[in-house]
Amino acid sequence: MSKTDNNTTAVQEKEYNILNLGPTHPATHGIFQNVLKMDGEIIVEAEPTIGYIHRAFEKIAERRPFYQITTLTDRLNYCSSPINNMGWHMTVEKLIGAQLPKKVDYMRVIVMELSRIADHIICNSVIAVDTGALTGFTYVFQWREKIYELFEEICGARLTTNIGRIGGFERDFSDKFYTKLNAFLNEFPDKWKEFESLVSRNRIFMDRTVGCGPISADMALEYSFTGPNLRAAGVDYDVRVMNPYSSYQDFDFIIPVGTSGDTYDRYMVRNEEIWQSMSIIKQALEKMPAGKHHADIPEFYLPPKEEVYSTMEGLIWHFKIVMGETEIPKGEVYHSVEGGNGELGFYLVSDGGRAPFRLHFRRPCFIYYQAYPEMVKGGMLSDAIITMSSMNVIAGELDA
Amino acid sequence: MLNNQYALNRIKEAFGDHITDAAESYGMLTVSVNKEAYFNLIKFLKEDAELNCMFLTDLTGIHDPGRVNEELGVIVHLHNLAANFRIRVKTFASSEHHSIKSLIPLFKGANWMERETFDFFGIHFSGHPNMKRILNVDDMDYHPLLKQYPMEDQTREDKNNKYFGR
Repeated sequence: MSKTDNNTTAVQEKEYNILNLGPTHPATHGIFQNVLKMDGEIIVEAEPTIGYIHRAFEKIAERRPFYQITTLTDRLNYCSSPINNMGWHMTVEKLIGAQLPKKVDYMRVIVMELSRIADHIICNSVIAVDTGALTGFTYVFQWREKIYELFEEICGARLTTNIGRIGGFERDFSDKFYTKLNAFLNEFPDKWKEFESLVSRNRIFMDRTVGCGPISADMALEYSFTGPNLRAAGVDYDVRVMNPYSSYQDFDFIIPVGTSGDTYDRYMVRNEEIWQSMSIIKQALEKMPAGKHHADIPEFYLPPKEEVYSTMEGLIWHFKIVMGETEIPKGEVYHSVEGGNGELGFYLVSDGGRAPFRLHFRRPCFIYYQAYPEMVKGGMLSDAIITMSSMNVIAGELDA
Repeated sequence: MLNNQYALNRIKEAFGDHITDAAESYGMLTVSVNKEAYFNLIKFLKEDAELNCMFLTDLTGIHDPGRVNEELGVIVHLHNLAANFRIRVKTFASSEHHSIKSLIPLFKGANWMERETFDFFGIHFSGHPNMKRILNVDDMDYHPLLKQYPMEDQTREDKNNKYFGR
C-alpha cells in the first residue's frame, strides 16, 4: 500500500487482504479459483473464476454422431457418469421416439441409483474430511469402489463409464453382477450407519456445519438451484417425481427436504437420499420384468456380432450405425434427469444431420455455483471451504 | 388447468404481434418472440399469477447462419414448479445488432448463463453488470460456438467433410 504524507488527519481507510484460494488448493477438490477479499478471517467478497478445465464439449458434439457423444457426457459429472450417459441416451430416444422395454428402464434405474449413492458417498464423506474428520471417509470410500466394480461388471469401465447404448444396454446384467449387487445391498447399510453414527450427530461436525453457508428457499429458486442443494433449502423439486423418466413412477420413495439450506441440511438430505436410493434399487430388483435388455431399433442399436458376420442386414446396420449414417429426425427436444447434484438437462436441436446442430448441457453445478459468493459472504474462510464441498461442485461439469 | 393451449392463448392475448412463432415440440410449448418484447414476455410469464413460471431452468444461445437477419438466438427454458408446466421462449437477433435485454432483474441465476452465452456466441446482454467471458480465456478474440469456426483444422486433406460430418 502506498503511503502519502497528507493523509494523517483523514480517517484511515480499512485495509483488506486479497487471498487467492485456488486454482489448485488441496481443500477445493478440483480446479476452482476464488479471489477472496478478507477482513481478517471474515470474507467480505468472493469472486470465483471458472473454466480451467473447459473442453468445449458443446462444440465437439456438433461434429460427432449421436452415439459418440455419450463419452463426452461421462466427463461432465464424473462422480456419477452413468446418470449423464443415460440422460443423453434418453434424450436421443425421445427425439427418435423409441419405445423401450420395461426391463431397460429398471436396469437403468438400478445403475442410476447406484451412481447416485456413489456420488453422495464422496460428497458427504468429503464434507466430513473438510471439517477434520478423516476417519469416516476412510471407512466408506471403499464402498464407492464396490459400486465401481459393479459398473465394471456391466460395461468394463469404472469412472468414465460410457454405460449402456441408445436403446438399452449392450448386454444383460450377468449373474456375477447380481451376486455382487446383492452383496453390496446386504453389507453397505451397516457401513453407512457406522459412518452416520460417527459423523451426523458429532458435536464438532454439527458446530462446524449447522448454520454454515445457508441459502433461503426463495434465493435458491432465484439462483435456479436444483438437486439436493435446493431440497436442503426446503423445496421438494425432484425431476424423478416431477417428470418421471425411465419408469420412476413405478417406485415408492420419498424426497427428503431440509429447512435452512445450510451445510448440515445438505449433508442430511444426501444421507437420506442414499437410503432412498437403496430402497429404489431393492424395489427394482424385486420387480425386474422379463424381456429384452434393448429396444428394437436396428437403426440405432448395434446388431449382435454373430449377425454382423453372417447376415447382410446385420452388416449394413452395423456399418450405418458406426459411420453415423442413420436417419435422424429434425426437431428440438429438452430432456432432463435428476443427476447426482441436480437437474441435468440436455437441449438438443437436430437439423436431420448426423451430428446435433446444437447441443447444450444444462449443468446443475454451473448454475448454482454462481450463488457461492453470496453464500460465503460474512462467513469465515474455513466455512467457505466446507460450503464448497457441501455444494457438490464437480469441476468437470462446471467447466464442461 | 394450465396447459399449452391455454398458456399460448394468454401469451397471444398479452403480446399479439410480438409473437413471431409458436409451436409444440415434444410436448413443450415453444414461443418465439421478437427481441423488443422478449424481456417483457419473460417478466409476464414469471409474474402472472396463473402462468407463474418462476424457475429459470436454462438459458442458452444458438447460431444458425441459414436464418438471414436473425442468425443468433437466445433460448430460455422456464418452469412453473407448482403446476409442473414448462415453456421454451426463443428470441432471435441479427449478427450485427444482437443486444438483448438481460434477465438478471428477474432471475439472479441468469447471470452466468448469459455470460456463457456471450462467451460462446457473442450475444450481448444489455444491463448485465459483468458482461465478460466465463469459460474461455479473457483475451480470446472470437466466439467459438459460431458456425463459421469449424471444429478441425481446415488445411487437412485427409478428412473429407462429406464423410466426417458437417
